[in-house]
Amino acid sequence: MSRRPGFVLEVDTSTPPTLFWNGEGFTLETLPVGSRVIYAPEPVKAIDDPYGAIRHALLHPVGDRDPLPALLRPGMKLTICFDDVSLPLPPMEAPDIRQMVIETVLDMAAEAGVDDVVLVAALALHRRMTEEELRHALGNRVYDAFAPHGLLTQHDAEDPDNLVHLGQTDQGEDVEINKRAATSDLLVYVNINLVSMDGGHKSVATGLASYRSLRHHHNPQTMRHSKSFMDQPASELHSSNWRMGRLIAESGVKIFQIETTLNNDTFPSNFKFLQKREWEWSLRDRATFAATSTALSKTPPRIARQIFQSIKSPHALTSVQAGEVEAVHALTTANVWAQQGVDVEGQTDILTMGLPYICPYNVNSIMNPILVACLGLGYFFNMYRGKPLVREGGVVIMRHPTRPEFHPGHHPSYIDFYEQVLTQTIDPVQMHKEFEESFATDPWYVHLYRTGHAYHGVHPFYMWYWCAHALAHVGRVIVVGGDAKAVRRLGFSPASSMNDALEIASDVVGPSPTLTHVHNPPIFMADVH
Amino acid sequence: MSTLLFERSLPRFAAARVVSTLGSGRGVGVGPLRLVERDAPAVPAEGWAHVEPTLSGICGSDLATLDGRSSRYFEDIVSFPFVPGHEVVGTLAEDAVGADGSGLAAGSRVVLQPVLGCAARGIEPPCPACQAGNVGNCGNLAFGHIRPGLQTGFCADTGGGWSTSGLVAHSSQLYAVPDHLGDSDAVTVEPVACAVHAVLGAPIAAGDVVAVVGAGTLGLLVTAALGHLASIGRCPAPSVVLVGARYAHQQRLARAFGCTEALPDDQLARAVRRHSRSLSYGGASGTTATLSGGADVVIDCVGSPESIAQSLAMVRPRGTVSLVGMPGKVTVDLAPLWHREVRLAGAYAYGTEPGAGPDDRVPTFALAFEVAAAQRTGQLVSATYPLTRFEDAVAHAGAAGRRGAVKIAFDVRKGPAS
Repeated sequence: MSRRPGFVLEVDTSTPPTLFWNGEGFTLETLPVGSRVIYAPEPVKAIDDPYGAIRHALLHPVGDRDPLPALLRPGMKLTICFDDVSLPLPPMEAPDIRQMVIETVLDMAAEAGVDDVVLVAALALHRRMTEEELRHALGNRVYDAFAPHGLLTQHDAEDPDNLVHLGQTDQGEDVEINKRAATSDLLVYVNINLVSMDGGHKSVATGLASYRSLRHHHNPQTMRHSKSFMDQPASELHSSNWRMGRLIAESGVKIFQIETTLNNDTFPSNFKFLQKREWEWSLRDRATFAATSTALSKTPPRIARQIFQSIKSPHALTSVQAGEVEAVHALTTANVWAQQGVDVEGQTDILTMGLPYICPYNVNSIMNPILVACLGLGYFFNMYRGKPLVREGGVVIMRHPTRPEFHPGHHPSYIDFYEQVLTQTIDPVQMHKEFEESFATDPWYVHLYRTGHAYHGVHPFYMWYWCAHALAHVGRVIVVGGDAKAVRRLGFSPASSMNDALEIASDVVGPSPTLTHVHNPPIFMADVH
Repeated sequence: MSTLLFERSLPRFAAARVVSTLGSGRGVGVGPLRLVERDAPAVPAEGWAHVEPTLSGICGSDLATLDGRSSRYFEDIVSFPFVPGHEVVGTLAEDAVGADGSGLAAGSRVVLQPVLGCAARGIEPPCPACQAGNVGNCGNLAFGHIRPGLQTGFCADTGGGWSTSGLVAHSSQLYAVPDHLGDSDAVTVEPVACAVHAVLGAPIAAGDVVAVVGAGTLGLLVTAALGHLASIGRCPAPSVVLVGARYAHQQRLARAFGCTEALPDDQLARAVRRHSRSLSYGGASGTTATLSGGADVVIDCVGSPESIAQSLAMVRPRGTVSLVGMPGKVTVDLAPLWHREVRLAGAYAYGTEPGAGPDDRVPTFALAFEVAAAQRTGQLVSATYPLTRFEDAVAHAGAAGRRGAVKIAFDVRKGPAS
């Protein structure tokens, strides 16, 4: 049976209630008649032989690159960099695609007699991965072969001895990246392109960069002019990364980019109903939903979090392409769109979304209020091409418990950002000007980032900047079911129910607004005409 | 004439102590305080005058006394029965001379400087502290021609502010209230003077990080005093003033008084760490995290074991913790104080402060009037009660923060509630 494309449902009187994610749980909401619900396309068929496809891609690169074996020789310095724990979401069932690609690259390197090989997790300013996470991403064989010898490293954006400044772009942007990677004879980058924002020059120019470099594009000005940052040609974030990437190439850094795309088969069998359309739920799906919802409502949040964070996704490989960065990424982007694209006619007054338990920055961690804002206004809002799903001055309604809970080890600066910055301003520009540098250079945050498993001190600012375009675009943000104090701290309006939220929204969009719900995840990209 | 009288009664004292464990101020109904009819006290000597209170505040030390929580240290410098109330604005019942030597006509509005030092006690020559202008440190509080009492409001001979019949005050205690200052601002002048004294006594240097623990009346007034005195160059300007304030209204007021950040008290140490750019270690298994650096000066306006421990955890090595809130008997781990050579200093009351010249001294109250006017400290007066509703008033004061209030005062002019 061929897979079905994405779908825009118009709610009528016979439409069953719509599933809304609500953190570590979900609920059903009856949307007003005439509302639209956007469903993701069904999963693209997986590649039957991933190892074969990977090998083929490495032997048949695109763009101005020789096949990988031709680039490998004895005595050379090879660095293999890979995307970190933030991808994919949820983490995929073993074997992880990074493991499959890296094993194949290492086999070719071994065949060519390359013995100076170092693996680098491209963290940028993300937290360091744990051994368990590294083992999951790379497999035990790779981990055990490299980690004990100090050959499996994690990029340290605060290690002056292992950074190199390659110059400035014609826009004055500093390009400073991982020294080992930059000074290698070949840099192989292994990417997972879960969304269209990922990959391309962003892989190296962001994943292996320092704060000095990142600040040129991770700032409110850039983010407000990235419309959206999921659409590379319209994204200032990407324009900056592309300028940097080209400078990196001109500096003599030879990159062999390997990009992969996954299908959106997101949930394992016991949660499969979450990616079905409600009217197609079987009796068993309904029973599973009812039982799960009831159980979760009685489960302490900490336990519920453990349950959900243990979910491994059956994501499967749909494409792999390798070679020169831009040529590779053009193919990758097309493949991402083939999986995720949904045509949508026109904008809406109200955009609703149920926010799940996970975003790129709380894998095996806690979704704190700043990440809630980022997931809703940074990610979900920006999952468009053309124009935003919600009209300018419209309303975003999100559903999430938004508890003021933080992982002290992973997000220490987030706690201070929440208590010491958001209490004074929610304006990205003002906080950028008044607070960013002190957080970015704070010695304790730097220490925790370098030696523990903490996100960099500046990271909560970046999460807030991720919201900058949405914050400037929408008239109001309402959070249903969230901790009222936390929601207000974010500058949003709390509502106890969807009906309350719609009533609050009517102050902004009038009594008869149009409403569109993004039924996400599984994720999709709206092509808004 | 109605007067609230605090008598020596051990059973009632014990009862108040037990009931107040349910909440500060809750034990006043069973405690030693009662409303009685009583005439004004007689002037004890020449140089004294009658003052008819208008407003009289309820202070943290009053609450500690009413709750039976105050230290036994004070037993010998208090005489019973006494009329509480040492934060007083009132009018003179007869002509008098003020603390600055100027004449004050009957009917003049005055604020009371309540410390009963050598001058008020008729002791000649005065003790070295009084000679130096540091009346708060007077060593003769149990001697002279009035009975023991560290302040008006704790002395059996002077009366106190919680009385419609009035009190007696020595000329050294009288400060004229400027016309531009309302009664609400004026009734805060005494605690403002405490705050001014604390700020000017702390070794604050320009660019320092200063933390204020607690944002009740004292914490907020320390913040207000620091903000104003630094702005006019009377004290070095810290680069950062952080205030730990449990409640939203306290945070709002602290910000209005000019602090850099006001944040929940459990977040204060994190803010100190960030602003002092310190590292932090420990904090697991119930221990207090230790900072590699910390605040240069911590002003503890609470005085509890927890606040003192918190202050010691936030101050930098060789920094200073200034105790402004009245402490009692506390158990606290002094290992960090010893190891980091921290100075723990008391800051009590007022006297005189350094002036413009090397030998100049300025009365703390003179500066307090400036601060009260500039920062409109009367805005802290959240509610006033007639004496007849003293139980409600004290309960309100005991739960001020939780109930969105700061300073509760008696409006001594108010009659019984209808």
